[in-house]
Amino acid sequence: MNESASEYLQRLRPVSAPYLSERSRQLRLEILDVISHAPMGHYSSCLSCAEILVTLYHHVLRLRRGEPDWPDRDRFLLGKGHVAVALWPLFAELNFFPHTWLETFGKLDSRLTDHPDMHRAPGVDFSSGSLGHNLSVGLGMAMAARRRGKDHRIHVLLGDGELHEGQVWEAVMAAYHYRADNLVAIVDANGSCADGPTESVMSIEPLVERFGSFGWRCVEVDGHDPGALMAAFAEAMTPDHRPFCIVARTLKGKGISFMEASPREWHLGALSGEDLERARREIRESA
Amino acid sequence: MSGMSDPFSFNAGAVESSYVGNLGEAFRRYGEQDEEVLLISPDLGAGPVTGAFVQQFPERFIDAGIAECNAMSLAAGLATYGYKVFVLQMGAFGALKCAEQIRTDIAFAQVPVRILSAWSGLAMGFFGTTHHALEDIAITRAIPGLTVLAPADDNAASAMLAASEQVGGPVFIRLTDASINPVYDEPPEVTIGRFGLVREGRDGTIIGTGLGAQLAAGAADLLAKEGLSIRVLDAYSLKPLDEAAVVAAARETRAILTVEEHLVTGGLGSAIGEVLARNALAIRFAIHGLPDETLTTGMPDELYVRYGLTIEETAVRMRALVEAR
Repeated sequence: MNESASEYLQRLRPVSAPYLSERSRQLRLEILDVISHAPMGHYSSCLSCAEILVTLYHHVLRLRRGEPDWPDRDRFLLGKGHVAVALWPLFAELNFFPHTWLETFGKLDSRLTDHPDMHRAPGVDFSSGSLGHNLSVGLGMAMAARRRGKDHRIHVLLGDGELHEGQVWEAVMAAYHYRADNLVAIVDANGSCADGPTESVMSIEPLVERFGSFGWRCVEVDGHDPGALMAAFAEAMTPDHRPFCIVARTLKGKGISFMEASPREWHLGALSGEDLERARREIRESA
Repeated sequence: MSGMSDPFSFNAGAVESSYVGNLGEAFRRYGEQDEEVLLISPDLGAGPVTGAFVQQFPERFIDAGIAECNAMSLAAGLATYGYKVFVLQMGAFGALKCAEQIRTDIAFAQVPVRILSAWSGLAMGFFGTTHHALEDIAITRAIPGLTVLAPADDNAASAMLAASEQVGGPVFIRLTDASINPVYDEPPEVTIGRFGLVREGRDGTIIGTGLGAQLAAGAADLLAKEGLSIRVLDAYSLKPLDEAAVVAAARETRAILTVEEHLVTGGLGSAIGEVLARNALAIRFAIHGLPDETLTTGMPDELYVRYGLTIEETAVRMRALVEAR
């Protein structure tokens, strides 16, 4: 393995907020490209969490480029597993697998699945797809890391609709009980479910107060502002004995006007022809 | 003291509980020999199966509170760091309530989690149909990548602790609470994927799992007095199943009866029937288990009599099968 292939990427490595914004814009284009290889994809849910994922993989997580299984990496679990396609370009960039794999997305036997599979795609710290499981799994990892004397930090991205799942709150309760201060939950609060606005489907607010009442530290940020996300992740690392939650307020379909206007319709879809060109143009012109 | 009882004495002495003896001590010893062993349980850790372990190693016990699904997924996360994680669950609220966590987070992930499913079958028959655990074999044997074991008695259960470690991946261990006719005097040799040959015989074969193996051995002894030579197979390994032993029984004996403390739908009997069909074996075959209906409630020994899960009834059915024209 050459030197660049095993490059060490420190936690909270210095990058600028404008860089992360630009990388997020690029990621949105990559998401469109990768989905275009498949029959369909979860567009609007991916677009809402682009800045969150870019901030994690370009700034927050301690990793080794080219070594997805490096034992001392920080862990990331994608609770809202339906946006795995947003991870694949970031993983290819980290040399977790070849870029050519991106073209296999959605194809028969592809290692890059619509929901992440830990046995197929290098870099996936745990499989997901069934909403509500991953915060529990992440808590198990956080407790195991501490028990092993490791300073690993475990991050779990949840959808706001995922918070309807009762198991999430079992894990929230247990994480405080066991004072898992190496566990960070990020809620991609895009306010939209398959049946309509999250609050009309099943009320989950006030989120900050709810996490707070379970004993967590919780902050609320603009999830499309990398500077605010960076500050929140930095705060999560300040010494405390409580798990940390970042409620990231986002827009489902962010960056593509017709998806922002109809986020539900674009929860799952297939862009082609003029629509795909228009979507690309809008993202390119937002630079 | 007339109003008090141990919170984990679910049988209230009606059927002699086996856990207080060997298995609890075996689990404590197992944990003593290997500090990588961790236990998670939803508010059941202090009971007889793991109480001795919890008392000696409180720092290696993680109480999940009464949140079974969280306990399963938490176990999966812990196991990714190499720990040998056990989850102790109440039969009725393990495989049924957590089927998806077991499949997705434990079996698909292939993490080394071993689920001790205690108070299986009708062990909690008194408490209501909610507490009957009669669908768990059907559920767990349908999950790819999950090994399913069902020890016949306390000694066999103790043997499963070390044997299940050979698997490397996830294992579901269905513990019977009944001690009507223990099969083993000491922990037996266990090979995953094999059945235990408890009695040799040529006229017919009874294949039992859990309590069913106890009843099978007792029934064979009764029938021996009547001049029938009955083979008894202990189906402690439900998945993988000992297909060769079933085929041999079908070829070398005249009839096969299966016995299980489980619904007749989807359990041991169904699994053996699949083997017979797959191998195109024509043989007299019957499934003895609990009917596909909502059962009544009562103490386990009363329920066993009501539904014919007794040595005598097992013998009657085997004889009828062997003598059928």
